[in-house]
Amino acid sequence: MSKIHIEGLHKTYTSNHGPVTALKEVSLSIKQNEFVTLVGPSGCGKSTLLKLIGSLIRPSRGTLLFDGAPLLHPTRDVGIVFQEAVLLEWRTVLDNVLLPTEILGLDKVKSRSRAMELINLVGLAGFERRFPRELSGGMQQRVSLCRALIHNPSVLLMDEPFAALDAMTREELGFELMRIWDTDKKTVIFVTHNISEAILLADRVVAMTPRPGRIARIVDIALSRPRTIEMEFTQTFKSYSDQIREVIYHGTGASRS
Amino acid sequence: MTAERNAAELYPEDEALEPSDSTLKAVLGATLTLVALTILWEVLVRQFQVPAWLLPSPTLIVESMVEWRSELVGHSMVTLYETLMGFALSVAISVPLAVAVVYSPLLQNTIYPILLALQSMPKVAIAPLLALWIGFGTLPKIVVVFLVCFFPIIVATATGLAAVPAPLMDLIRSLSASSLQTFVKIRFPTAMPHIFVGLKIAITFAVIGAVIGEFVGSESGLGYLILVSTSQSRTPLAFGALVLLTIMSIVLYYGIVLVERVMVPWAPRN
Repeated sequence: MSKIHIEGLHKTYTSNHGPVTALKEVSLSIKQNEFVTLVGPSGCGKSTLLKLIGSLIRPSRGTLLFDGAPLLHPTRDVGIVFQEAVLLEWRTVLDNVLLPTEILGLDKVKSRSRAMELINLVGLAGFERRFPRELSGGMQQRVSLCRALIHNPSVLLMDEPFAALDAMTREELGFELMRIWDTDKKTVIFVTHNISEAILLADRVVAMTPRPGRIARIVDIALSRPRTIEMEFTQTFKSYSDQIREVIYHGTGASRS
Repeated sequence: MTAERNAAELYPEDEALEPSDSTLKAVLGATLTLVALTILWEVLVRQFQVPAWLLPSPTLIVESMVEWRSELVGHSMVTLYETLMGFALSVAISVPLAVAVVYSPLLQNTIYPILLALQSMPKVAIAPLLALWIGFGTLPKIVVVFLVCFFPIIVATATGLAAVPAPLMDLIRSLSASSLQTFVKIRFPTAMPHIFVGLKIAITFAVIGAVIGEFVGSESGLGYLILVSTSQSRTPLAFGALVLLTIMSIVLYYGIVLVERVMVPWAPRN
C-alpha cells in the first residue's frame, strides 16, 4: 500500500477573473519513506499539491488517500517546513521546537528530551536558550525543521524550504536533511524550483508544468546513497537534469520515464 | 559543527556595546541642543528686553516654578490622575473590543464605521457637551482622555492580531490547534509589539486630552492653571505649567517604552 495515493486530483480556485485551474488531473503514488521532490516553474501547482497533501486545502475533485484512507481533516501525522522559518520571536529555540507538542498535548518530559535530541541532530547544540533573532537564516531554518519533526510525523512536507538561503547554506542543509532522513526515515515531499536540488535529494523527481498545473514527467533517480556533491558533475546527473529541463521548458507530453 | 562556528561570527564582542553607545550619543546630542536653545532664549529675551507677560525668560520661569511649587505639584497630580485613569480605561476597553472585532466580521462591519466617525469628531467640540452631561469634575476629563486614546489602541491591536504570517497559520492549522490555543500562543503575542505602538501614540494624546477637558471647565489641573495664570498675566507661571505638562508627557511615553522592553523584549527598537 502506498503512503500517499493521489488519483485524478483537481484543484480550482475562484479569482476575480473567474475560476483558475491550479491542478489538473494529477495522479501520483508515494511509497512509505520515499523522498519525492516536486519541481517546476512558479504556477505549476507544486505548492498547491503540497497543501492538498497536508490537507490545508480541499481538492475540487479526485482522490487523495493517506495511509489508504481519504483525508478529511488536517492530520497530525505530517510535519511542515515553509520557505520562511516563521519562528515565534518571543520563544527560545527550544520552546519554538516544542510548540507543536504543546498544541497536541504531548508528554512534556519526553517532548523535551526529543527536542534536545533533534536540536543536537541539526547541529544547534548550545543554542537552545537563544532567540530566533540571534540566529542566521540557515540556523532558523534548522530550528523550523526540528519543529516539523518534534511530534514524530511519518510525512514531512517541505515547501521550498531552502529557497531563501544562500547557495552554500542551501547545499549544506540539503545534505543535512538527507543525513537526518537516513537516521530517521520519513516520507518526504519536497517542493523546489531548483532542478539540481530536486535531483540530488530525491528518489523520484516529479516535474510539473503550469497553466494548468499538472505532472509532466516522473523521473526515477538511480543515484546511490549517500549522495555526494560530486554526483552533480556526472553524466547520469546531467541526463536527469536534461530530461527534467526538457519537460519543464518545452512541456513535452505526460510520458513517464 | 558549522552552526557553532557561525555563532562566533554572528556575535563579535563589540556588537553588544554599540547600541548603548549610540543611545548615549543621541541623549547627549538632544540635551546639548536643548541647553543651547534655552540659553539663546534667555539671551534674546534679555537683549531685547521682552516684557515678562509676553515672553518670560527661562530663569524667570524657573523662579516662578519654585515660588508656586506646591500649587504646581497639586495641579500636576490632578492632570496626571485624569490622564492615567482615561488611558487605563481606554486600554481596558479597546484591547478586548479589538479582539472581538478581529474575530467577528459582523462587529468589524458595524463597529468600525462608528469608531471612525467618533474619531473624526474634534474632541475639543465634544468636551463642552461632556461638561454639560456629566459636570465639571474629573470624570468628563477622564472621558475626553479615553476618547482620544481609544482609536489608536484599537486600530493597532486589530492590526496586530491580524498580522500572523500565513505560513504560521497553516502550520497551526495542520496541528488542529483550537481557537484559544491559536489566540494565546500565536495571535496575542504577535499583536503585542503592534499594541505598544498604539499605546505609545495614545499616551502622547492622553495628556493633551486631559488639558482639553480642563480648558472647557474645571477648578484644578495644569490646563486650568494655564487658563487662570494667562488671564491674570502671570505668564511665567503658565510657562511653568507648560513645562510640567511636557515633562509629564515625555515621562509617560518612556514609561510605556519601559513596560514594552519588559513585556515585549523581542519588539524592534527604534
